[in-house]
Order: sequence, then structure tokens, then C-alpha cells
Amino acid sequence: MTAYIGKRLLAAIPVILGLSIIVFLVMKLIPGDPAQALLGSYATPENVARINRALGLDRSWPEQYVIWVDNLLQGDFGRSYILNRPVLDEVIERFGATLILAGASLVICSIVGILAGIASAVRQFGWTDRIVTFFVLVGISMPAFFLGLVFILFFAVQWRLLPASGMYAVYGGGDLADLLRHLILPAGTLAIVATGVVARLTRAAMLEVLRQDFIRTARAKGLSENAVIYRHAFRAALVSVIPVLGIQAGFVLGGAVYIETVFQWPGLGQMLVKAVSTRDLLLVQGGVLVAATVYVLVNLLADVAQAMLDPRLKA
Amino acid sequence: MTPSVTTQPSPNRRRSNWQLLMANRLAAAGLFIFGFILLVAILAPVLPMPDPNMTDQPNRLLPPLSQGHLLGTDHLGRDILSRLVWGTQISLIVGISATALAALFGSLIGLVAGYARGVTDSVLMRFVDMLMAFPYILLAIAIVAALGPGLLNALYAIALVNIPFFARNIRGVTVSIRNREFVDAARLSGKSHASILFTEVLPNVLPVIVITMSTTVGWMILETAGLSFLGLGAQPPTADLGSMLGQARAQLFTAPHASIIPGIMIFALVMSINLLGDGIRDVLDPRLRSGALDRPLSVTHIARQTTPAATLADAPVLVVDHLFTGFANGGAVTPAVRDVSFRLGKGECLGIIGESGSGKSVTALSLMGLVASPPGVITSGAVYIGGQDVLSLREHELIALRGARVAYVFQDPLTTLHPLFPVATQIAEAVMAHNQVSKRAAHQRALELMETVGIRDAADRASAYPHELSGGQRQRIGIAMALANDPDVIIADEPTTALDVTVQARILELLQDLRRERGLALLLITHDFGVVAQVCDRVAVMKNGEIVEQGETASILRAPQHDYTKRLIACVPELGEGHAFLDRVRPLFEETRL
Repeated sequence: MTAYIGKRLLAAIPVILGLSIIVFLVMKLIPGDPAQALLGSYATPENVARINRALGLDRSWPEQYVIWVDNLLQGDFGRSYILNRPVLDEVIERFGATLILAGASLVICSIVGILAGIASAVRQFGWTDRIVTFFVLVGISMPAFFLGLVFILFFAVQWRLLPASGMYAVYGGGDLADLLRHLILPAGTLAIVATGVVARLTRAAMLEVLRQDFIRTARAKGLSENAVIYRHAFRAALVSVIPVLGIQAGFVLGGAVYIETVFQWPGLGQMLVKAVSTRDLLLVQGGVLVAATVYVLVNLLADVAQAMLDPRLKA
Repeated sequence: MTPSVTTQPSPNRRRSNWQLLMANRLAAAGLFIFGFILLVAILAPVLPMPDPNMTDQPNRLLPPLSQGHLLGTDHLGRDILSRLVWGTQISLIVGISATALAALFGSLIGLVAGYARGVTDSVLMRFVDMLMAFPYILLAIAIVAALGPGLLNALYAIALVNIPFFARNIRGVTVSIRNREFVDAARLSGKSHASILFTEVLPNVLPVIVITMSTTVGWMILETAGLSFLGLGAQPPTADLGSMLGQARAQLFTAPHASIIPGIMIFALVMSINLLGDGIRDVLDPRLRSGALDRPLSVTHIARQTTPAATLADAPVLVVDHLFTGFANGGAVTPAVRDVSFRLGKGECLGIIGESGSGKSVTALSLMGLVASPPGVITSGAVYIGGQDVLSLREHELIALRGARVAYVFQDPLTTLHPLFPVATQIAEAVMAHNQVSKRAAHQRALELMETVGIRDAADRASAYPHELSGGQRQRIGIAMALANDPDVIIADEPTTALDVTVQARILELLQDLRRERGLALLLITHDFGVVAQVCDRVAVMKNGEIVEQGETASILRAPQHDYTKRLIACVPELGEGHAFLDRVRPLFEETRL
């Protein structure tokens, strides 16, 4: 197992390098001269040249990339001029909040999605299946940012059950119970789409597995239908559901952008949207890179979990 | 193969794809709603509506159903209905354009990578993998950050992040058809690669492109609306549905209708497209129509018109009486087993022999209700175990008999053992299914059984997974599992077909020994008369779902009555026979040739 994990870790390195290249290239898409943009009305030719030299912009792209990566490895993601603090500090602080939100959503979508998918497959074409299928369709067609607003209208404004925004109450909050109260609406909203996708794929995986020869063997042994479904079929279906959960991690990390904006959650997504509108590009660059790296690691975790479930994959 | 004899006139008039789509009520509803939205959006310029950008400060935030403003006004007093129609038009144009761009570039990458293979393939697909390694929407945000907010830039960003879906799907299909005969023929006729790609490969890939587009377009409309909602897409005064929602958000508490109306519109649009897309996919996927993805029930569906006697006095351990099993196909049932009867006593071995599709496996599976259902259905007859008709038992009573009184050994133990459980666990599970014993005791019993069936160092192999064992060892595990509860009858369905010859002989020997030692009744399904001659006391010959001949093995081998039996017997070659074998067999088959 250790060897397998090591192998997967090694394989992740080129992927992360590739991510950094794409982020680097995207930043090169910026129309116009960055030094000019930075200096604004102070953009005399001498000043532009000086800034270009200072930022290394007078060198070739490959050189610039190497310098940039070297800085990243030393923890230097640059400085946000708008916030006037190092990018990495801001990103790490914000990313904590996003991880809480995205992690909670991932837990919700895994549990609810898998249970709904199984129930739906077991009673295929029955009422449970029809209801689940309908909600799945509604879930994947629903704009999460709109659903969030509707939830705020009902749960926060109309019924006053839950807070509409923020991560902690402004006065007297700050403990776990307070966090959970603030977490329910945004995490639930963020999980809607992912839950639909997980339920749909779990249903398909279960139906596929229930047709396999080894299920017939389990029945021929005289196992109860429950043992056949929840032990034999589910175990085999889980192997193909795990990578789907890995992909959902990417969807909730990305979807957090909308949810954090709607619910004023002080996370990375909200930071990114603000940074885009203030054109704080180093902050965007750092935030995207950190989120993407975490996503790669989550998928690596999913691979390892899958290999632990299926001994055939370790070879 | 079994000729499909149909008992009733089949209602199998083929319906067109269009009729099938319309028969799916949800898809039809999706089509209707989407068609309506599309029509209204197209007609936006000629509909009698106020200018969507005309502000009217005194009449701001009017509620719906106000005079002159059916859906009310927004924070600048603009008519919401008019903005909604125009916004829908923009959302549709942007979403569909993004889909078209992603489809164009993604398909191109997929086609080239799949057709060229080699280095080109690796480089292109690594690039696609990199794009997919980003959390979906974050890459789009980075691109918008670099290019600057705006509807067109949002469109490019969404298109780019969706390229991988198309590239992967299209590459997969291209790889599967690049070596097909018609592509080879085109290559030999001297066509250029580009011309092959566009005239031979592309037309065959087109349906996949269409399906991928119909399943992603809703998603892309949602995502472009999302970017506009965040203020990164459409810029004022232009408004798509997303930016309408984004701007109205500030008045959420005072005028919720201004937010809710565009939100519902996005939902209705995307939902109708998804309903339609699912419908199209269902119509085009033949697996869904054939019922190949239906969930099999725990017991075969039993629909007998007659009620046979529930018990049988003085019966041997297994009696099969006029059994009919078929497969439901639309309203009709295609029979696979017809009027099959046989008896099997303690310590006896009956062979059922026939070619593939003769119904011998379906017969074997019918006995314990293991024929996958749907589509399997037992239409008539009875199966008596110890004089009791199992087909009239309740479901849980029948399940309790499985493995306890009647156990199965299946053909290919690599697919019939659970791939993810250690073998001893699987045997122990069979023990625990019928005995109240501890896990530890069951495990101990599993080890004993493994030794009984001749697995040396059983304790070491106990934790092995099926894929770590040889074919012969796996089949021994299958037999050990069958023995777990000392059954009266073992049904071995082609137990040696997947094994090589020397292993085959040993497995047959093992079954013989067990039968002698334990007085087991053995029902052996095979297509090999050599195996029958070696093991079985009696034999039943099956053809097209019927038993055509049944009797003592020795007498049938000596004097086969049915032509089909003669041919099956003749098909067992003898060592050193050479060309004489073909001379001997040929005339038997010539007379049946059409």
C-alpha cells in the first residue's frame, strides 16, 4: 500500500506542474502592458522599464516561469497591492473557511447521494425511484446561487430559523454550535448539485453490479436480499462511486464561489470574485493554484481509497 | 442459437425514434417547454413589450401584475417581463455558442488524438487532463480575471473549461472505429488522413457529439448565468438572466420578485433542456430499451397458469416436472425451456448436455429461481426438492433452501466469485447464511472445507482474493462454497469449461469423490459428451429448449436414437484419429444443412 501511495504521489507531481503552467499562461493572456497598468498615470517610459526589470518581465517566458515557480516553492506568491499583504497569507486564511464549507458539502452529498442512489436502484421504476429521479433532475437543473437566495428568503427572513450570512455571529458567536448554524444553509445549497450527480451515478453503478455473475452466486448461497444488496452489490458499486466523489470535490470547490458570494462566507471564492473585479491578479493566481493543488491531492486520496477497496487495482 | 419461437403474436412493431421520444412524457414536456421558451426568445424583437433598458424611476420595484407591467419593475423601474425575454435570448445565445465552441474544439482534439494515436494523442490528452485537473469553475474565473469581465470573455472561459468533456468522449469513439474495415478500406484506396477523418470517421462520431452537446448545453447555460450573476459576465446595461438575478439581489428583502423571476426562468430553461437531453439519450441508448439495465429480482418471476400439486409422495430428492421458462419481451414471452422433466436420486449423477443456447443453463438456474428477472419468467411446471414444490414456496422459504439443500457450482469462477472479498470469507458467509455460528467458527469451517476440496496450505490461501488464485483453485473454492451446508443436490453448470484439460480432469474427479462419499445428487450441465461419459449415470440431451432424449449414459452412447445426439457423440474426437474424425463427422452434418 505504501508503495502504491508513493507511486501515486510521484504521478501527481507532473499534474501539479501542468497546473502551474496553465495558470502561468492564463496570466500571460492579459491584454496590454502589466507595468503600464500597474503604474497608471506614472507610466513614463523609464518607470515602465524599471518595473519590467524589477518584475522580471523583460526576460523570456520560460525564464519568467522558472523564476515564478522558484518563488512559489519558497512560499512567495507575491503581494496583493489592493489588500497590502502577502498573497499566501490571505489565501491560506480564506482557504480554511472554504475547506469547512466544501468539506461539509462533500460529506452531505456523499451520504445523501449514495443512500438515495441505492434506494432508487433497489426499487427501480417504483415510487422511490421516481421521486429520487425527479429530485436529481431538479437538483442538477437548479442554479445554486438562486436556490441560496430562496433559502435565505425562507429560512432566514420568513421563518428566522437560520442566519443568512457570515461564518460566525457578529456578537457572541465563535463556538462550534454557532459555526454549524451558519454552515447549514450554505453547505446544503452547495451540496445540491453534487448530491444529484452522486445519486445518479450510484444508481447506475448499483444496477450494473446487480447484473454481475457474482451477485447470482451470492443469491445461490442463500444470502438474504439485504446481504446481497448492501454487502455484495454495494461494496462492488462503491469502487466506481469513489472516483465520482473525487470529482465532486472539484465541483464543490468551484461552486463555493457562488455560495460564498450569496451567503457572505469569508472564503476563497468570495475573495476570488472580489479580486477579479479589482483586477488583483496575483491574488487570483495564488488562490486558483492553491485550490487546484488541493483538488489534485483530494483525487489522489480518492485513488488510494479506491485501491484499498479493490485489491485488483494495487497491482 | 435458440431460434426465437414466440408464443403470442409479438406487438413488436418498431416505433420511430420520434414516437419513442414523445412516448416519454417527461421528455415531451421538456421539448414543449424548451420550444416555447425558444420561440418567445426568437420573437423578442416583434413582441409588444417596452424597451428593456428604459428606466422609470418613479415606478421602481413595482410588484407583479401592476398596471402595464405584468411581472413588475426592477430597481430602475425597467419592465421585468421585457428584460426577462431579452435576457433569455442572450442566455440562450451565449450558452449555445459556448456549447458549439466547446464541441468544435473538443471534437477536433478528440478526433485527431484518437485517429493519430502515438505522441500526438499523448500530448493532446495530457493537455486535456491538465484542464480537467482544475476545480471546474475556478479555471473559468482565472481566465475572466485575465481577459477582464464581459459576456464574450465569460463565453470563451466556459467553452474552454468544457473542451475536455468533448475531447475525451470523441477520442474514445474515434479510437474504437479507427481500425474498422471501412476505415482500412479508405486508407487502402489512397485517401488522405484529413479526408478519411472528415468523410469516414466524423459521420460515425457525429451522434456522440450530438448526445454530448444535448447533455452539456443546460449546464453551460447555468454556468454562464453564474458568471454573470457574479458580475463577471454580462455588463450593464446588457442583461442576461444571471446578471438580472445578480443585480436584483440587493433588493432581495424588499422586492424578492425581481430575483425570483429570473431565477425560476433559468431553472425552467435548464430543466426543460435536461429533460429533453435525457429523453434523447434514452432513445439512442439501445441498452435501456432492451431492459439490459433492469434490476434483477431476488427470485425469478413465477407466473404459472396451473397450480401443480404442492407435494409429491415417494419422490426422489429432485423432480422437475414439465418445466417451462421463458424471457419476457414486450408483451410476449420467448420460451427458452419447454416441457422439461427429469428425476434425480440420492448419490446419482444426471448430465444435461446440449450446445450453447439449448436451454440447459436456464433449466439449471430455474430450479432455485435464479434466472435473472426481468426478463426471466417461469410460466409452467414444478420443481420438487424432497417432494416439496419449491416454486410455490414464499420468497424467503425458497431463499432458505438455496445453498442449504441445493447448491450451485458455476462456470467461470473468476466472474462468479466476488472480486473484493477474500475467498475464505466468501465460504464462511455461505456457512453463516444457514447456521447460527460465530464468525470465528465459520472461518474455521471454511478452512476445513478448503482442505476437503484439495487446497493445500488452506490457512495461507484463506486471505487470498479470487484474482490471486489459479483457475483450478478458484473452482475448488466454488465447490467448497457449495459444500458448506452439506446440500442434497449440487448443480454444476459447466464447472470445467473455463479450465484447461488437466485441471478439468481433477475437478471432475473431485466432484465424483464427493458424490460417492456424501451421497450427493449431482446435476451436471455440460456441452461435452466426454465429460458425461466419464461422470454421469444418466444423461438428458437438450436442443432448442427441449429434452430430445433421456436415458442411461451407457445405452445412449451405444445406441443414440436422436440425430442430434448422434452428432454430439460424434463430436468427441479420439486421440490419434486424424482425418478419419472429419470423415466420420461430415455425413452426420451434411443432411441437416439447409
